Formats: sequence, structure tokens, C-alpha cells
Amino acid sequence: MADTLIIIQAMGNELSKSNLAAAGFGREAAAASGGAFDILLLGPSASGLSAAAAGLGGGTVFTMSSTELEVYTAEAFAAAAAAFLADHPYRLVAAATSSATKEYFPRLAALLDVPMASDVLKVESVDPQKVILTRAVFVGNLLATVELEAPQALATCRSSEFEPQTPGGETSTVEPVEMPAGLASSGKTFVGIEAASSDRPDLKEADIIVSVGRGTRGPDEGIPLCERLADVLGAALGATRAVVDAGWLANEFQIGQTGKIVAPEVYVAIGLSGSIQHLAGMRTSKTIVAINKDPEAPIFEVADLGLVADLFDAVPELTAALESRGG
Amino acid sequence: MKLLVTLKRTPQRDARIRISGEGAALDLDNVQFEVNPFDELAVEEALRIKEARGEVEVVVVSVGAEECEQQLVSAMAMGADRAVRVHHEGQPDSLQVAKALAAVVEREEPDLVLSGKLAVDDECGQVPAMLAGLLGWPQASQASDIELSEDASEATVVCEVDAGLETVSLALPAVIMADLRLNEPRYASLPGIMKAKKKPIATLGIEELGALGSTRSRVTGFRALEDKPPGIKVGSVEELVQAFEEKKLI
Repeated sequence: MADTLIIIQAMGNELSKSNLAAAGFGREAAAASGGAFDILLLGPSASGLSAAAAGLGGGTVFTMSSTELEVYTAEAFAAAAAAFLADHPYRLVAAATSSATKEYFPRLAALLDVPMASDVLKVESVDPQKVILTRAVFVGNLLATVELEAPQALATCRSSEFEPQTPGGETSTVEPVEMPAGLASSGKTFVGIEAASSDRPDLKEADIIVSVGRGTRGPDEGIPLCERLADVLGAALGATRAVVDAGWLANEFQIGQTGKIVAPEVYVAIGLSGSIQHLAGMRTSKTIVAINKDPEAPIFEVADLGLVADLFDAVPELTAALESRGG
Repeated sequence: MKLLVTLKRTPQRDARIRISGEGAALDLDNVQFEVNPFDELAVEEALRIKEARGEVEVVVVSVGAEECEQQLVSAMAMGADRAVRVHHEGQPDSLQVAKALAAVVEREEPDLVLSGKLAVDDECGQVPAMLAGLLGWPQASQASDIELSEDASEATVVCEVDAGLETVSLALPAVIMADLRLNEPRYASLPGIMKAKKKPIATLGIEELGALGSTRSRVTGFRALEDKPPGIKVGSVEELVQAFEEKKLI
């Protein structure tokens, strides 16, 4: 029996970069514990994703799906995971941080009566009585060492901090697991979802992000200029809380303490000042580029490349220069 | 109808938090405290429900030492009717706080529990969902809109999820976690502040609530982020493109 279990929500056709990074966490935890890791695919596309998951370096890939898991709800997923763990005990159970795991993992921890660490950045050590992890606190300004002292513990991991595993040759055995009936809690009904569809890469998957702040003055002014830049770069589009609050872009674009936390290869911050809450969401990006007409803007303190300029001139100029390079 | 709002006493948002000594603890000597901003959204939402429906009692609860009564008073100054404090001197972990709150819920029998989705100090975001799990109640998080049905038997909640906006319906009683765009909390008025001084705060001891278990999650040290080497400023778009090429970004 392996020590670590990685739970992957199986909803789509492909394993996401976050899923692959969660497997990276599994690898790190396994190395720390001197053990191995398994994967549990939970959701409607569990068997569809099992072949890819079997190439991530785990010992066993379990698949669990049922009509009750067709639509994600915290109640059903926590109950299903708890039922699985009742028959398959693991020392450390982890998943990538997402809006879903933020709400179902603590519920699962309560069902199991075990401690949990949220949005872990690093595994320090794993032994049978204690797990030591690093996480960020106080709007990402400080790092904290957390000790979970229990024979079983849960963790969500920040996917931008772990190495996405490349699916290789299939080495894991795949084992379907029967989901006990009647587990999905009544009391919650999924009504609908409003999601923007886009040709651009997903914020959590992208290597390059173009992020817009209030300085762009909205969808009738600077945002289309930044969108064109994003298109030329093949980048995803991100935004500050101010932009979302103003209704210029939908909530799924928000990067920051209360939005998405990302760490792409390149983060281009345009017309955004760099509030602490925003920095918490992107400061570990490999290269940060800032374009802002205010030389005192805090974003320049974390930028690797800074250009003090009016974005209304600089962004179209940059887009044209990149286009003419054919890049 | 009874609404129970949980709140945490947290260091003032944007306070500069320093590490003391070798990093075993934080230097909170000159730090002011306030109601966790996300819990303030939950208090505000409860008050709006009260104002819209009438005949709603808003009870605020916090787990902590005597100082957190200041924050309970702040919430009552906004308009909450009464407060409950579960006395705890130490550093309980999230599951212990959730168990204490579950015991309060069992005593108070609210129709709805409202909470902020996370606390701005530890940012664990675990307590409300753990509470829902312990109670076996449905939950909704990252709420940006809450509508109660006429007969208060269910709540329709819009949740800000990674993919966009998800709408769910919860049968009450339930636990809902507030997010930033849910509302804009009011400032306490002077009459509100005066009235709050006379509103009751009940104190419950842990022993009265049953076993919370031992503390199994603890922070053993803090450290600052590593300093980043300073970046460079370029003078033109042309130089920027050159720098991109040198760094092999494009």
C-alpha cells in the first residue's frame, strides 16, 4: 500500500497542467516518505483519463465514477473520497488547489477527522506520525512551516510550485472502484454555470500571461490593445481584482490572493500598479515584465523588465514589433 | 429566522507583519486587529437579509480569547443582535475551531451559517467547509450573490469558481462562504456603536461543548520570502523586444 494518494477530479478529456503538477507533488511526497504514490481519478471521465494517468509514475490508478459524480458538488466528491479512503487508507491525501478542492477537501478532512494543510508550496518531510510542509500566509508575504501531527493528513498543493509530470510509458495498474450508492448528499442542486469560452490558453495552463489593470481604462479603451498583444504572444489573459470589480472582465480572469495563483514563464503586467493582493497571485512567475506610466508603481519592485511608458503607445508598438518579427 | 455568522479576529489588513527573533513567532506588538474582512462581508449579508425580511435574528460567534470580544462588538455595532464567544486561549487548529462552532450551531439551531471564505492571516480557508462536513449540511463557497426563497427553505447562490460563475441551490440549513463581490460592508454608525455596548455576549467554555480533540496542525516557524534580484528598466519598446530576445522569451 503506497503512502500518498493524489486525487484528480476527472471532468474533461485531458489531464490538465494542474493535474500533472499534482502528480509532481505525489512524487515529492513519495520521495520524502520513502514510499510511493497512487492516483484516484474521481468523476465522469475517470476511465477515459486512466491511460494517461497510468503514465505519471504512480503505483496504481484507481477510477471511480457514477451518476452521482456527473456534476461536481463538494458534498458528493467529499463523500465519494471518504468512502474510498475508508477501504484504502493512505498516510497523505492530496490534490491540486482549485476552487473545487478549496471547498471539498476541508469537508473531506472533517468527515475523516484529520488535519489539513492548504495550498502547500513544498513538502519538507513525511513520516508515519508527522508531515511537515511549507505554505504562504499573510497575503503571501511570509512563509510558514506547518506540522500536521496525525497518522493521516490532507493537503492541497499549489500546482505552480510542483513539476508537472510528463505522461510516459504506462507503468501503473488501473483499478476501477465501485462507488457506494446513495452517497451524494441531497441538499445541493447544481443549477448552471456561466463560463467564458475562448481560444486563448487557460490561465493555469499558459506559459505566457498578459495581465491588465485599471490603467487600461476598460473594454472600450486599453483592454482590446492588450488582447491583441496576447494574441500575438499566444498568451492567456489575466486581470486584477479592480478590473473584475469594474465589470470589464469576468471573475475567472482574476489573478491574486482571492483569484488564481499563477507562475508562468512570462507575466506581462500592463497598466496595473501591483497591489499586495495581486502580487500574491503572480510574484513567482519566472520573468515579470511591467508596462506602466507611473515609475513608482509597486509592480516595478518585482518586475524583471520594466518599461515606464504610456500603455496606449507602448502596447500597440510592442504588438507591431513582435508581429513584424513573425513572433 | 436565525442567521449565525462566524467571525475571526485578524491583524488589520495590509499591516506589515514582522517575524520575531529566529522566526518562531510573529511580532504583533504594534498591530491593530479587526474583524476578518471576509467575515465582515458575511455579517453585512446577514444584516441585509434581516433588513429585507424582518423577524430575523443575527447572532455572531467567534472562537478565541477575551480580546476577540472587541470584534464581536464591532459586528454588533454594524447591527448584529447578540454574540457568542467560545473561550479558547491557545492556537486551536481549523478542525478544532470547526468542532467548537458545530457545538454552537447545535445549541443555536440557525437556519443559515454565514462565514468569510478565508481569514486574511493564515489564509487556510478550511473552517466553514469543515463545519459543513461536521454538520452534514450542504455548502456553497466563494459566494458573490445569495437569494433566499420566500419561505426561507432554500438559498440560490452564485459562486465564483475557476471556470466562471456557478449557480447552485441549497436546502437550508446550510453553510455559505462569502467572497469579495458579495456586498460592500457598512461602517458602524454612532448609534449602532452605542447600542452595541448593551447587546449581550455569552461566553461558553470548551468543556461545555464537548471534545475538540487535540491540536494536530500547528505552525512551527515563519520566514520571509527570498529577495529577488532587482530587475532592469528599459527605455523603449525596442529595448524591451531586445531584452525579450536576449532572455529567449520569444
